[in-house]
Amino acid sequence: MVTPIDRTDLLRLIDEGDAQIVDVLPGDEYRAEHIPGAINIPLRHLTADTVSGLRRDKPVVVY
Amino acid sequence: MSPRAAGRLESIGFGQVYDYVLGIADWRAAGLPVEGDSPPVQRVADATRPDIPTCAIDEDLEEVRRRTFDAGWDECIVVDDEGIVVGRLRGKAWVADGAAAVEHAMESGPTTVRPDALLQPLVERMAKRGTRLVTVTTPQGELIGVLLREDAERLVAGEPPQQIWRDCEGCPGTWALKPSDEEPSEATNA
Repeated sequence: MVTPIDRTDLLRLIDEGDAQIVDVLPGDEYRAEHIPGAINIPLRHLTADTVSGLRRDKPVVVY
Repeated sequence: MSPRAAGRLESIGFGQVYDYVLGIADWRAAGLPVEGDSPPVQRVADATRPDIPTCAIDEDLEEVRRRTFDAGWDECIVVDDEGIVVGRLRGKAWVADGAAAVEHAMESGPTTVRPDALLQPLVERMAKRGTRLVTVTTPQGELIGVLLREDAERLVAGEPPQQIWRDCEGCPGTWALKPSDEEPSEATNA
């Protein structure tokens, strides 16, 4: 189940050290500006193959 | 866009999927640092001091005045239990007739700005109106700090931030996070 979170929740997840942050915006927007530590997988490229580098036992945060 | 991405990740088999719905606009608006190759633009967060004294609405005015001036300030931001800005004490408020509590002396609902606002246009507006200080909050109204026009004008003019905020630990937020900052050079004030 997907859980909507706010900034406070995200900061807590980052602080706990487990969060995998995924920026799903187009690549040019990501390159211009993104949350520190986020990786870029644009929505239109989001497939089982492109997310294979993410750990399934850790939280994933998308924005 | 992110709800669709979150749903897709879940369908792929991820069990702990979170959707930061408000995204990077909310992140930036809170004055938090970002990475990327956008041309550097000075924002309010770059000149925000977090060390402004704060007080509660039910505190004793004289006690707050003493604490504020002892800290080297002449203004205090009034916040509620959750850090939301509700008022401001300055100038004549400190000697308000018959006011024993902050509540009766403070200005309610002070003007605030967001930390991701562009710095230069704001400084120009402040100069035009003779504004010395403005309160910086998150979009939810939570206090981040204050922007002093004098500091901001120096930053806009190109003075190194370390030279401006030597005495303020953690000031200003986003500049302090840049590891490439050089040691402050000798003061060159004419």
